[in-house]
Amino acid sequence: MASLDDLKKRISSVKSTQKITKAMKMVAAAKLRRAQESAEKGRPYSDKMNNIILNLSSGISDIQNAPKLLSGTGEDKIHLCVVMTSDRGLCGGFNTNIIKKAKLYFQKILDEGKTLKIITVGTKGYDQLKRVYGDNIIERISFKDSKNVNYFDADKVGKIVIEKFEKKEFDVCVIFYNQFKNVITQIPQEQQIIPLKTIDEETNSSDDNYEFEPEEDEILSNLLPKNISTQIFKAMLENSASEQGSRMSAMDNATRNAGEMVDKLTIEYNRSRQAAITKELIEIISGAESL
Amino acid sequence: MSEEYSLEIVNPEMSFLLKDDVTEVVVPAYEGEIGILKDHISIISFLKPGIIKVFSKSGEESFYVNDGIIEFKNNSLSILTSLILNLKDIDKEKISEIQKSAEEELGNPEINDQEKYLLDQKIEVLKSIN
Repeated sequence: MASLDDLKKRISSVKSTQKITKAMKMVAAAKLRRAQESAEKGRPYSDKMNNIILNLSSGISDIQNAPKLLSGTGEDKIHLCVVMTSDRGLCGGFNTNIIKKAKLYFQKILDEGKTLKIITVGTKGYDQLKRVYGDNIIERISFKDSKNVNYFDADKVGKIVIEKFEKKEFDVCVIFYNQFKNVITQIPQEQQIIPLKTIDEETNSSDDNYEFEPEEDEILSNLLPKNISTQIFKAMLENSASEQGSRMSAMDNATRNAGEMVDKLTIEYNRSRQAAITKELIEIISGAESL
Repeated sequence: MSEEYSLEIVNPEMSFLLKDDVTEVVVPAYEGEIGILKDHISIISFLKPGIIKVFSKSGEESFYVNDGIIEFKNNSLSILTSLILNLKDIDKEKISEIQKSAEEELGNPEINDQEKYLLDQKIEVLKSIN
């Protein structure tokens, strides 16, 4: 059994850890509110963008000549995966969940004999992937210096992706991120952005005849790269809200666990203190008796 | 009959402006300025760097935009843009900063004619504001 002094030291160290986790929880809660707000504010833009693209692509008559970003290269050999994680740890299962989801996908791709290329956004993702998939990682990006998620960072990632696409370095692009549902639940997502998946095209065929200026395909070829940046931006916003939410609940748990631990240690401390006193008493009594 | 329709300007960070008493909006479309009145035909177009003028009951407002897409449908106009600044409370420094980066980009020999045209436009507009 540990000595009284050791127990005392442990109790005080657990207590100071608890103070730290409590503070981190508070900070995460404050940041979460901001991140959640901006995630919600960012939604109209990406929704509108999606709507316009849907309207445009449903109006396309000549699918053969559609821009490559929409219809794909016609092949399915090289997959580019953009894995978006956080730059900081101590946020529970946040990064691990994304990586898990991504690894499943990677395995599927490799099993099918296709080529895999990876771009990691955020340092944590790179740290977790480099051991197994180090050779597949072609680029790693981190926005450690920017305080808030902003569109220009997303645009940078988007431009890299498009540049690689134009150089025909990949056929399919998928992004991985956590979708923010609420503080406790974040759902890891995989979303294919190249070629663009136009969901339920049939139902959305509006009768509206739009006037286009300039030509339809010119608009599309201009709009699609923007859409990629927008989707990445949306993913980054969702991610940052998820990260703070995840951190908050992780730190909440940690604080509670630390509290439980302090209680247990205190009981143990008191018991051994009592045992020591009893032992001393017995020694004194038996010493007195022997005289 | 009222001559008003609704306008929404959004940028990636937030919904920038929401109005439902607009009478006319003039946008710097790709192939020249377009003025949009009520009951305009459905249109999708691009913006080049320039000034958006919004006329409404409460007065006239002007904004600088870097780029954007507009969609007009059923008497509601949506403008999507990555950068928008209200000319009323504009920051001179910010303008010079954008202008400088545009000029730098113009010096890059790798850009194509289209990009060059857009950058020229941008610098011109920025100069006129400043």
